[in-house]
Amino acid sequence: MPSLKEVQLKIRGVKQTKKITKAMNMVATSKLRGAQMSMEAFRPYADKFAEVLGSLAAKAGEDSSPLLVIVLFTSDRGLCGGFNAHLIRVAEEYMEQCREKGVEVSFTNFGKKGRDWCKKTPCEITGEYIGVVGGRFGFNVAVSSARELIKGFLDGRYDEVQIVYSRFQSVSKQVAAMKQLLPIPPIAVEKTDVQKGGAFMAEHICEPSAEEILEAMLPKNISIQIYKALLETSTSEHAARMLAMDNASKACSDMIDELTLLFNKARQAAITAELMDIVGGAEALKG
Amino acid sequence: MAGNLKLEVVTPEKIVVSEDAQIVMASGTLGEFGVLVEHTPFLTSLKPGPLHYKDAGGNEKFLFVSDGFAEVLPDRVTVLAEAAERKEEIDVKRAEAARERAEKRLAGEEENVDVARAKAALARALQRIRVANA
Repeated sequence: MPSLKEVQLKIRGVKQTKKITKAMNMVATSKLRGAQMSMEAFRPYADKFAEVLGSLAAKAGEDSSPLLVIVLFTSDRGLCGGFNAHLIRVAEEYMEQCREKGVEVSFTNFGKKGRDWCKKTPCEITGEYIGVVGGRFGFNVAVSSARELIKGFLDGRYDEVQIVYSRFQSVSKQVAAMKQLLPIPPIAVEKTDVQKGGAFMAEHICEPSAEEILEAMLPKNISIQIYKALLETSTSEHAARMLAMDNASKACSDMIDELTLLFNKARQAAITAELMDIVGGAEALKG
Repeated sequence: MAGNLKLEVVTPEKIVVSEDAQIVMASGTLGEFGVLVEHTPFLTSLKPGPLHYKDAGGNEKFLFVSDGFAEVLPDRVTVLAEAAERKEEIDVKRAEAARERAEKRLAGEEENVDVARAKAALARALQRIRVANA
C-alpha cells in the first residue's frame, strides 16, 4: 500500500492536470464558436460561386500523374485526440500507394504536426504554412498558397495536387478526407433550383467570352477549395480538442475519486495499525 | 418600373450587401455597365473599381469591389468579389500605403518584381482611394 504522503501528492497532481484540461476545453469551445462562424460566413460565397461555375461548362480532367503534391492540413498543436493521427494516416496511405506506382510525392503543409511527420518521410516538403490553422486567417492566405500550387502545376513541377483535410460534420464528428485539387476534376454540375419566374436555365451573355471567364474562375476555385479546407480543418481541430479535453477532464475526475478512496483506505489502515499498537501495549502493561 | 433588383455582394469573409436596388452600376473588365430590373441574364468578370447603386428609397450608395464576378439575372444581381467594402469602411491610409508600395515596386527599386501583381495592387489601391473620395 502506498504511503499517505504519496497518494496525497498524486491527488494534488491530478487536480492540477484537471484544471488545465478544463481550461483548454473552455478555450477550445469559444474558439470553435468563432471558427464555426467564419465557416458560416463563407458558405454563401462558396455556394454562389459553385452556382455560377455550374452554369458554365465543365472540362474533364486528365489521368496519369507521375509527380504528386499532397497538401496536408493538420493542427499546429497537439492535445486534440486522434485528430492529427487520422489526417496523417490518410496522407500516408495515399503516399505509400503512389510511391509503389513510382510516383514522386512531395508535401505542402498547413500545420506543424503534419510538417513534423513529413520530415520523417523521405518526401520533399515544398511549402509550409505554420500558425494558420486554428488561428485567425484571411482569404489572402488561401490565395497566395493557391498561386504557388497553380504556378508549380503550370510549370510542370507537379501534375497532381491532392488535399488532405478534416471535414467538419458536427462537433462530435470530423472525418479526414482527401480531395483532388489539380488537375481540376470534372465539376459535378448540381442542378441548382431553376430560377423562379420560368422553367429556363439562364443562357447568359458572357463578357468577355465564356472561356475567358472560366479561365479566370477556375484558379479562384482553387483558392476557395483551400480556404474551405482551412476553415473546416480549424473548426475540426477546435472541436476535436474540446472533446479530447472533455474526456481528459472526466478521466481526471475518475482518477481523483479512485485516489481519494485509496487515500482514505490508507489512512484507515494507519489508524487501525496505531490502535492495535496501543491496545497491544496496554495489554502488555496489564500482564 | 416594376419592382427592384435584389443586389448581393458576397466576399469569402462575409456578405457585404444584401438589399433591394433600383439600379446597379459596376465596372466590368470590358467597361462599365448599368443594370435595371428585367435585364437579360449576363455574366461578367469585374475589374477593381467602384460599384454604386440606388437602394429602394432612391439613396445612392458607393462600394469598392476588387476583382471578381457579377452575375445578372432578371430579378437580381450577385457580385462575387475577393474583397468589397462600403465607402465608409475603406481604410484610406492602408490604401495609400499600398499605393506607395506598388509604385515603388513598379519604379524598379526592388528586384524580382512580379509586374502583373504590382500593377494589380496599384489598381486596387487607386480605385479604393477613388471610391473613398467619391
